[in-house]
Amino acid sequence: MLTFVGLGLYDEKDITLKGLEAVRKADKVYAEFYTSPLGGRTVEKMQRVYGRRISVLERSDLEENAEAAESGGILELAKSKNVVLLCGGDSMVATTHVDLRLRAIDREIKTRLIHAPSILSAVAGLCGLQNYKFGKSATVSPPYPHGCGGVISEVPYDTLKANKERGLHTLLFLDISMSVNEALGLLETVEERRRGTVLKNKKSIIVGIARAGSEEPVVKADYLEGLKSYDFGELPHVLVVPGELHFLEKEALVKIANFPAP
Amino acid sequence: MATRGKKAAEKVKVLMDKTERIRNIGIIAHIDHGKTTLTDNLLAGAGIISKDLAGEQLFTDSYYLEQERGITIFAASASMVYDYNGEDYLINLIDTPGHVDFGGDVTRALRAVDGAVVVVDAVEGAMPQTETVLRQAMKENVKPVLFINKVDRMINELKVDAREMQAQLGKIIDKVNKLMRGMNKEKFEGRRGDAGEAGEAGETGEAGETGEAGETGETGEAGEDKGERGERGWKLDAAKGNVAFGSALYNWAISVPTMQKSGISFKEVYDYCKQGNMKELALKCPAYEAVLNMVTEHLPNPLEAQKYRVPVIWHGDAESKIGKSMAECNRDGEIAFMVTSISVDPHAGEVATGRLFSGTVAKGTELLVSGVYKKNRVQQVGIFMGEERVEVERVPAGNIAALVGLKDAIVGSTLSTTEMVPFESIKHYSEPVVTVAVEAKNTKDLPRLIEVLRRLAKEDPMLRIEINEETGEQLVSGMGELHLEITTHRINKDEGVPIIASPPIVVYRETVGELAGPVEGKSPNRHNKFYFVVEPLGEEVVEKIQSEGLTVGKDKVALRDSLMEAGMPKEEARKVVNIIEGNVLVDMTKGVQYLRETMELVQEGFKEVMLKGPLAREKCRGVKVKLMDVKLHEDSIHRGPAQVIPAVRSAILAAILHAKATFVEPVQEVFISVPQNLLGNVTREVQGRRGQILDIKTEGDMVSLQSEAPVAEMFGFASDIRSATEGRALWSTEFAGFKPIPQNLFGEKVLEVRKRKGLKLEMPRASDFVSS
Repeated sequence: MLTFVGLGLYDEKDITLKGLEAVRKADKVYAEFYTSPLGGRTVEKMQRVYGRRISVLERSDLEENAEAAESGGILELAKSKNVVLLCGGDSMVATTHVDLRLRAIDREIKTRLIHAPSILSAVAGLCGLQNYKFGKSATVSPPYPHGCGGVISEVPYDTLKANKERGLHTLLFLDISMSVNEALGLLETVEERRRGTVLKNKKSIIVGIARAGSEEPVVKADYLEGLKSYDFGELPHVLVVPGELHFLEKEALVKIANFPAP
Repeated sequence: MATRGKKAAEKVKVLMDKTERIRNIGIIAHIDHGKTTLTDNLLAGAGIISKDLAGEQLFTDSYYLEQERGITIFAASASMVYDYNGEDYLINLIDTPGHVDFGGDVTRALRAVDGAVVVVDAVEGAMPQTETVLRQAMKENVKPVLFINKVDRMINELKVDAREMQAQLGKIIDKVNKLMRGMNKEKFEGRRGDAGEAGEAGETGEAGETGEAGETGETGEAGEDKGERGERGWKLDAAKGNVAFGSALYNWAISVPTMQKSGISFKEVYDYCKQGNMKELALKCPAYEAVLNMVTEHLPNPLEAQKYRVPVIWHGDAESKIGKSMAECNRDGEIAFMVTSISVDPHAGEVATGRLFSGTVAKGTELLVSGVYKKNRVQQVGIFMGEERVEVERVPAGNIAALVGLKDAIVGSTLSTTEMVPFESIKHYSEPVVTVAVEAKNTKDLPRLIEVLRRLAKEDPMLRIEINEETGEQLVSGMGELHLEITTHRINKDEGVPIIASPPIVVYRETVGELAGPVEGKSPNRHNKFYFVVEPLGEEVVEKIQSEGLTVGKDKVALRDSLMEAGMPKEEARKVVNIIEGNVLVDMTKGVQYLRETMELVQEGFKEVMLKGPLAREKCRGVKVKLMDVKLHEDSIHRGPAQVIPAVRSAILAAILHAKATFVEPVQEVFISVPQNLLGNVTREVQGRRGQILDIKTEGDMVSLQSEAPVAEMFGFASDIRSATEGRALWSTEFAGFKPIPQNLFGEKVLEVRKRKGLKLEMPRASDFVSS
């Protein structure tokens, strides 16, 4: 059996009680942090709190080598043992986990999900925006090849533009190594290339959030210019680009998300 | 010293404007015949040119020592002022590369000079490389004079007597004449020279192979009439003074004109050598004098030479403005400059040295660099004084100049004011197909080794350096066994980095025999899929790509047209997105969303496979890869390099294996010239190496044999052919492309390479790369 256990938002204490039980009962406990690093955790602390040894897996262990028999691939082991895979946030938000689950099902391995708080719901709460008004999400990823001349994906910009046109909020995930400031730089580059005015606009508010789920999360709403130089501190960061605002949302952005009062 | 140097530098500055007093020359030779020694000798000579210091032997000695310490392989270019009959001449000596065996480099160096001193070892005579470089010179309309070196060895080692010595020397001259005549009859004989006589003279001496005296070379015979109004022929004739004899090592040389002046003739030379008193001989008839006299007297100045050389070395329109300007050596015309070497100056950085055919280069001039279509600004203009670069304001046409600031230039680049047809036009495309792995003997030398290799590669475009990622060894690829032997020698001796080099290995290419696919490649996260078809690209297309250096650049239409000319269908030719090593990637998809953002990565995966094919991680060649369809995840985080590259790679690898993958191997044309009675030994030697004889021609009692053999089988040919023919065979090779490996050797060769690279010892299968 393969049990996907969500670790929640920030550190070792965000796991649910149900998740912890599954970890304690498992034959083998794996964790992966490449889809979501979990800012405040260390494996040592988790091992101490959960009372279990945890093996950290690389991307390749879950992708190309998951089935490998000789090197003890996770799916191979799950055929006969109770295996737990720990991952940041909710257990099924990363698409990789869906793929892994599908492959487990193909191999007739039983699977189980144990949920935990996800950034998807946390952002709405942290900045006071209403959850049901979010449109499609996208990830801002580093240009490739690195350095100048790299290809910057235009998908995040297109996504927020399309959402904005329909009055919807956009959640932009950032690559695990990326700050709000870098992400804004990339979006601005695309906007300049497109000669667009979605972001660079006197009415366009953007919200940056750092370390959601920690004791001291940073939430800051401002226009592009103000946000670009704002120091959000340690990673992980995410971005929200609000669409049309309800008057309650407006109030919340000022009172909760530190939007500079006019 | 300083004032003397300054004085000489002033002289150089004056002379560079007197075009008729300039001689641009190269020294060419078979390896070990004494090219470097003669060069050192001339440079040492330049050190004592100044009459007031002449005769102070000590000075020469110290200068010589300095040379020995300072010179590795001598500098890119060296200039000297020579006083000939009371008039100063500027002699610019261009470095023909240290290895002389293979086409491109020598051609490039020879392109910059108008005359060449051919050095031949008196004991060994004209050797294969002599022939190769001489052929290049004649082809480029570079006029040769001959220096027969190591005459002392003849006397002291071969123990010939005075008469035999002259006879032998005569035979060497005949041989070189015969070669020259065969290579460029028109230049050899002169436009209105008496052809019949020249022809005959060229052939004497061939009959008697060993002891007998040939008659020529006895200096009395008059080759051609001097008084003819037509262009004088280039035939070598001791009496004319375009041949000198001597010992570069012991600093002496004579020629017929110097004999008349110094009274030292063959007889005296013989006696001095016999007595072991060459020191005195060197005082009485210094080598540089005989050689430089010959150079000033017999080699042309740029005004004369460019008239007949430009049409041969440059294939643009002769009637165009730049064409005319070059033929006239016009210093007021637009600039046309060819880079013959790049060296690194610790202060100035990279220095591009070469020949200015037209125009005047000054500090601040903006020059267009061929191939990269970029303008570089000249930061410094220099000429040479000895080996030192002296900064000057400007350099006019006809000179050798050293330019600083041309960061985009490589050896062979054409620099010009406006866009022009470049000098470079490689007729025979050659590729580095033989590789040795080198390692520093002492680990601490590794950084130096890397630096030396990088520099050598920049200086020698036929050399390629790669790192074997598995072992960390530096892989050095070159044109052949000899090229690499010399390169490793340079690293060991000249650069002083002790290295261990592996035995040479031949480089194969992987290719396909038929169409296969579409083959699906999935990204590791299974969020993306790529579909590829591979098929043979066709030899014409490959040749076109390589001989013209086609790449995907800005001009898509020109590329499409070129590819179509070679037979590629239009709908493919216009969709070529990448070309590497004679393979192409074609994007056949239509309107796939997000593909534009991902294409770089697809190309990355394509390039990886083309550089490391599925059979044995050799480079691919002649593979057409077509991307037929793509399914992409919309979020870019799921289609990054770690996802796309492996998906593309595995699909192409598998497709190649499905498409009758095979090896092609490099082959060489081998030209051998041998006395008829030894022909049997030669054919046996060639056929024993999977060689094919293409043509046999008889010339007198000599036979010329043209054959083709795999490079892999040619290792050790030099010594085998020598012993099979008692050293009588003259031979040279030329790269002749890639040919499929015989089917019965295919498996064996693949496994051989896999073993060497530490890969699994079994034939790879498509299922190793994609799940079916």
